[in-house]
Amino acid sequence: MTRRLVIDPVTRIEGHGKVTIQLDEANRVAGARLHVVEFRGFEKFIQGHPYWEAPVLLQRVCGICFVSHHLAGAKALDDIVGVGHASGQQITPTAEKIRRFGHYAQQLQSHVAAYFFLTAPEMLFGVDAAPEKRNVLGLVEADPEFVRRVVALRKWGQEAIVSVLGKRMHGISSVPGGVNDHLGPEARDRLLHGADGLIGLETVIAYAQEALELFYAYHDKERALIDGFAEVPALNMCLVDEGGNVDYYHGRLRIVDKNKNVVDEFDYHDYLDKFSEATEDWSYMKFPYLKALGREAGSVRVGPLARANVTRSYEDATPLAKAALERFHDYTGGKANDMTLHTNWARAIEILHSAEQLRNLLADPDLQGSNLVRSPSKSDWTGEGVGVVEAPRGTLLHHYGADRDGKVTFANLIVATTHNNTVINRTVKAVADAFLSERELITEGMMNAVEFGIRAYDPCLSCATHAIGQMPLVVSVFDADGTLVDERLRG
Amino acid sequence: MSRRSEADTTFAHDLPATPMDPDAMAAREDKIQVAMIALCGCWGCTLSLLDMDENLLALLQKVNINRSSFTDIKKIPVRSAIGFVEGGVANEENIETLEHFRENCDVLIAVGACAIWGGVPAMRNMTPLAGCLREAYVDSVTRPLEQPPTIPYHPDIPRITKQVYPLHEVVKIDYFIPGCPPGAQVIRKVLDDLVNGRPFGIPAAINRYD
Repeated sequence: MTRRLVIDPVTRIEGHGKVTIQLDEANRVAGARLHVVEFRGFEKFIQGHPYWEAPVLLQRVCGICFVSHHLAGAKALDDIVGVGHASGQQITPTAEKIRRFGHYAQQLQSHVAAYFFLTAPEMLFGVDAAPEKRNVLGLVEADPEFVRRVVALRKWGQEAIVSVLGKRMHGISSVPGGVNDHLGPEARDRLLHGADGLIGLETVIAYAQEALELFYAYHDKERALIDGFAEVPALNMCLVDEGGNVDYYHGRLRIVDKNKNVVDEFDYHDYLDKFSEATEDWSYMKFPYLKALGREAGSVRVGPLARANVTRSYEDATPLAKAALERFHDYTGGKANDMTLHTNWARAIEILHSAEQLRNLLADPDLQGSNLVRSPSKSDWTGEGVGVVEAPRGTLLHHYGADRDGKVTFANLIVATTHNNTVINRTVKAVADAFLSERELITEGMMNAVEFGIRAYDPCLSCATHAIGQMPLVVSVFDADGTLVDERLRG
Repeated sequence: MSRRSEADTTFAHDLPATPMDPDAMAAREDKIQVAMIALCGCWGCTLSLLDMDENLLALLQKVNINRSSFTDIKKIPVRSAIGFVEGGVANEENIETLEHFRENCDVLIAVGACAIWGGVPAMRNMTPLAGCLREAYVDSVTRPLEQPPTIPYHPDIPRITKQVYPLHEVVKIDYFIPGCPPGAQVIRKVLDDLVNGRPFGIPAAINRYD
C-alpha cells in the first residue's frame, strides 16, 4: 500500500505552507513537495492608485521585511520620476545612506528573529526534541539570560528602524527621489551609546558574535548531520557592487555556479530578458528560472547562502564579518557551498556584517545632512521603474508602470522566497530521502527534519503569494494562445 | 486542509513524538493558555507581540502560548482562555482554522486591520475575477510563452474565497485591536488586562490605525 505523509501547517515560518510526501509500496519516497497554500493579491489591485502609494501599500506584503519592500518600491519610484541610478541623476548621499541605514537595521532584526526564534531550538535541543520544547518558550525555560540578550539585540535593530522609518513596522522613510528625514544627533547617540532599556552599539556587536559562536558550537557537535543534510545544487544570485561583492541596497545582479564562475551578470532593469516564471497546479507560488538555461539548470538560490557564495570578500571596514566569511569560504575550498544548513551559518555572519555596517554608518556625518530629496522637472518623468534590493531572504524586485496622471498602470513583484521555490523543493525531497525512505517507523522528529530544512531558507510565504491570480473557485478555459475564452464558477 | 481522500494520509503531528519533560509541562499547564494564528495578513501583528521586548518575558511568566506560528503545536491542545488572530479570511483553510479557534478559545481577539476589516488584502474585493486571472497567469510579464498558462488548482491547496472577509463575518469575535500593526504596548495592555481580569480597554493615547 502506498502512503502519504503530510505536514500541515509548516510552522515556525512566516506564512502558510504544507508538505506532502508520497511513499511507494516499499516505503521509498516517490515524491515530496512544499505547497504554498495561500495567496493574497497586490499586483492587480494596486492599479489605478497614485504611484506614490505603491511602496506604502506593497510593503504590507510582509511584516518582517517591510523595509525591503519599501525600498524596492522607492527605487522603482525614483526611476518613474526620473531620479536614481537608471537616469544618471543620483539621489543625495544623505538620502542613500538613510535608506541603507534602515535596510541594514531591518536585516539585523529580521535575521535575529529568524535565527534565534525559528532555528536555534534545533541547534540547542536537537531536531527530534519534544515538539512542545522546540520554540521560544523552550529557550526561555532552558536559558532566560540567553533569550534576554536575543530580545535586547532585536530591540536595538527595531529601534534603529524607528529612528529613520518612524515606527517599528510599516513606517515610511523614502519618497520619490529621496527620503523624508535625516537621523538627528540625539537619535544617533542613543543608538551608539544605548539608553535606559536599550543596549549600545558595542553590546550589539558582542551579542551578534554570539550568533556565530552558537553555530560553531553546533557545527562542532553535529558536523556529520549538518554537512550531510540536504546538499542541493543551485546557481547563486545576488546584487553586487563594482568589486563583485554583495551590496544589499544596489548593484548589478550576478549569478555564479558551483565553481563560483560567473554564469551571468546584468542590470536588473533587464530582468524580463533573463527570467521566466513557471507555474504548477499544486502551489500558489511560481517557479522562476533563467530562460537561457531552462528550468532545471536555471533555477537560482538567493539569500544568505547565495550571497556568501557570490561574494569574494566583505569590505575592510567590517573586519569581524570579513574574517568570519573567510572561514566560511575556507570550509568549501573555493567551491560554492550547497549545504542547506550552512545557510544558518551565512545568516549568522550577516547579522555581524549588518551590525558592523550600521556602526560605520552611525559614524558618517552624512546621516545628519539636510539635502534629502532631489526633485526632478516634469520632463524627467519616465513613467516606469524597477527597483531591486537584497532583502534578508534574498533578491527582491518591484517593477511599476504609471501614466501621466500618476496612476499605477502595472505592477510586478518577484520576491526572494519565490526565487528559492525550486531549491526549497529540492531540499524537501533530499531530506525526505535521507530521513524517511525505507524506515520501519517514522516519527514526528523525522518529519521535523523536513521543516528544519525549509526553515533554513527563512521562507516568507506571505511575500511569495502576493500575486493576485487564480481564483480556484472558477473554471477557466483558455485557447491555444492563452486567451481566456470562458470561465464559470465551480459548483 | 485537503479535499482528497485521507485514508492513506498520516499527519506529522499524529506520529510518535519525543515526550516533553513532565515537570516543564506541568508548569506550563498552570498558566493561562493562549493560542495564536496568522490568517491572511503579513505576520506583522504576530511580530508586534515580539515587539513588547523584555515585557514578553514577564508576560510568559503568567501565560503559556500553545498553538502559534512560533511553535510546532499544530492544533490547539487544551481549552484556551485567549485566541489571538491576525489576518483576514481569504481561503477555505482560513475558515476551518478560524472555526477551530472559536471552538477552543473562550475569548477571541481580532488583531490588526486585516482581521478587523480585511485590510490591504481586501483591496482585491474591488477587482473582478476575470481581470485577476488574466493579470497573474495569462498576461504575467514573466510567463513562459512556450507553455500554456497553468492555474493552481489541486486537492492539496485550499480554494480561495471570492472575497476577503473580516473575522467577525465568519465567527463571533469578542474584542478588536486596531492598527497596521497595533503597537506592542497596545497588545501588551490588552493581554495584561485580560490576564488580570480587568475590563478590555485601549486608551486613545496609545491607539493608532496605521
